[in-house]
Amino acid sequence: MTESGDSMNTTSETAAAPTGPMFDLQTPEERESVSDGTVVFQTRDLAVFYGDFKAVREVDLDIRQNEITAFIGPSGCGKSTVLRCFDRMNDLIEGARVEGQISYHGLDLYGPDVDAVEVRRRIGMVFQKPNPFPKSIYDNLAFGPRLNGVKKKAELDGIIENSLKRAALWDEVKDRLNASAMGLSGGQQQRLCIARCVAVEPEVILMDEPCSALDPIATARIEELMQEIKNDFTIVIVTHNMQQAARVSDRTAFFTTEVNPESDRRTGRLVEYASTSKIFSNPSDERTEAYVTGRFG
Amino acid sequence: MALTTIGSVGGGPARSITEGLTKRGIDARSKIVEGLLITSLGVSLLILVVLVVDIVQRSWPVWTNRPGDFIRDGLNSSTLDSAGVWSAMKGTVILAVIVGIVAFPLGIACAVYLEEYATKSRFAQWTRVNVRNLAGVPSIVYGLLGLGIFVKALNGLGNPAADLQGNGFVLFRYVGNVLHWFSGNNGRNIFAGGLALSALVLPIVVITASEALRAVPRSIREGAFGVGATQWETVRHHVLPAAAPGILTGTVLSLARATGEAAPLLLVGAVTGTLITGNKGFVEQMSGPFTALPVAIFSYARQAGDDWRAVTGAAALVLLVLVLIMNGFAIALRNRYDRKW
Repeated sequence: MTESGDSMNTTSETAAAPTGPMFDLQTPEERESVSDGTVVFQTRDLAVFYGDFKAVREVDLDIRQNEITAFIGPSGCGKSTVLRCFDRMNDLIEGARVEGQISYHGLDLYGPDVDAVEVRRRIGMVFQKPNPFPKSIYDNLAFGPRLNGVKKKAELDGIIENSLKRAALWDEVKDRLNASAMGLSGGQQQRLCIARCVAVEPEVILMDEPCSALDPIATARIEELMQEIKNDFTIVIVTHNMQQAARVSDRTAFFTTEVNPESDRRTGRLVEYASTSKIFSNPSDERTEAYVTGRFG
Repeated sequence: MALTTIGSVGGGPARSITEGLTKRGIDARSKIVEGLLITSLGVSLLILVVLVVDIVQRSWPVWTNRPGDFIRDGLNSSTLDSAGVWSAMKGTVILAVIVGIVAFPLGIACAVYLEEYATKSRFAQWTRVNVRNLAGVPSIVYGLLGLGIFVKALNGLGNPAADLQGNGFVLFRYVGNVLHWFSGNNGRNIFAGGLALSALVLPIVVITASEALRAVPRSIREGAFGVGATQWETVRHHVLPAAAPGILTGTVLSLARATGEAAPLLLVGAVTGTLITGNKGFVEQMSGPFTALPVAIFSYARQAGDDWRAVTGAAALVLLVLVLIMNGFAIALRNRYDRKW
């Protein structure tokens, strides 16, 4: 991260200049060559209910290793709901229920013997609003490794330094690790949350609109960071920002809402899932095209 | 209203603007409301000031004649010159400690279960409503509970205590001694009083702790769960510390409430006449008859004459100061752990 300042500026310009080419895409050749890596998550006919309310249905997805997969779609389309199935965060919501299949490396995530706590140690999550613990920067990062039984100070220090470096935050906070995390800026807090996630060495990092509370410069840093850590982690990101999906992701899933004529309630569903370049340049479904070209949503 | 003429630069604002934006007389309704609000505040403050001034004034003779003796003397409602608050003060402090040991952990544990584990179940909702109702139960009813259950139970410890004390094993004898301690004065001892007060403030502790826990943002819990913490790890490391200031404030305030109660203690058998603890040993004192400041105030208030009025006022002032210290402590705690998230 020695040149983070420079590269940050270049990316933030693209982020702040929506007047140029509509999407900052790589060449089609680069993007079409998405390899078929190992499937980490597989969902088949997935539906999620909150009580009687069917929040999302008919989700068939293959999330692949070391790729960034983006979920886009209008509000209420169920993209966050689906994301929260991958680390069983929905378990924490009273009345939430999952139907259909969702597997992690072939193992049924909602199987009777699966421990949700163990799932979350392997599948980390970064939330919409930066949510550092109201403690020191050090304690924020030490919490996860300590849960995993790391007790030696030296080992813990090493993990913390490494995680902060990977989250491109080390240089900014190395002199004040014992200061409160609440004193950091919003963007720094979010990178701290990513570092906190990285510190437990998950295989997957789920990001639920991680940049929606951040300004364009902080957003650019996070996006840059995602590209850097993608070699080590599989990333799934929910975003409201189509340009962000276009910039950072390898594959994109487009969700939309449909009104159920009987109950007059909206249910989300997956419309199209393909390589990001295909979604943004040559989508198969006209609803996808309408959304990505800004005609609705 | 169509604004066709907008004030030109240098020409001043157009008439329509001037008319639209200038004051039209006094807004009488606002003034009246403001006046009423200030009056309400004044009346409330006045009551408080009159109360304090009256107590200080009334107790003045005691503070000028024998301040040290008044503090050091025991409860004595027959001889004016040796009437004091020492035994009552000790009683109140010990009662506060018992409430702290019994009601706080129990109440906080209840709140953690209701807020963190049972969240939205029917049972939890039903329990919450009933805890609120319990908080409204008059204190004398808790006195009946104390008399009917705690005094009886503590008294009941007497027989097994005697059996164990006669046992050959040293350990059993120790247990016997402790039980004997708890059963002192036929169960009408300070433990019965402390338990009755604990029962009284338990619902308040549960409610305030629940509110403090509910005020902890969901995002903190999600953050902890997100890195693979269990429910208990999340509560222990993040939710409880974050809620600590609120919980502490609530518990200290409920302690202040407990120390001000006379009715339950009277029913449980607190001494109203004369109780001089003098140079009795600690255990002997704890298991013997007890009294407390509100009970002392009650005792002194029943005596006729201005001199007794002064003694009553002095005892009230001591209690007031004690409670104010506790409240000040609560405020200091809250300010110190000012939470940020």
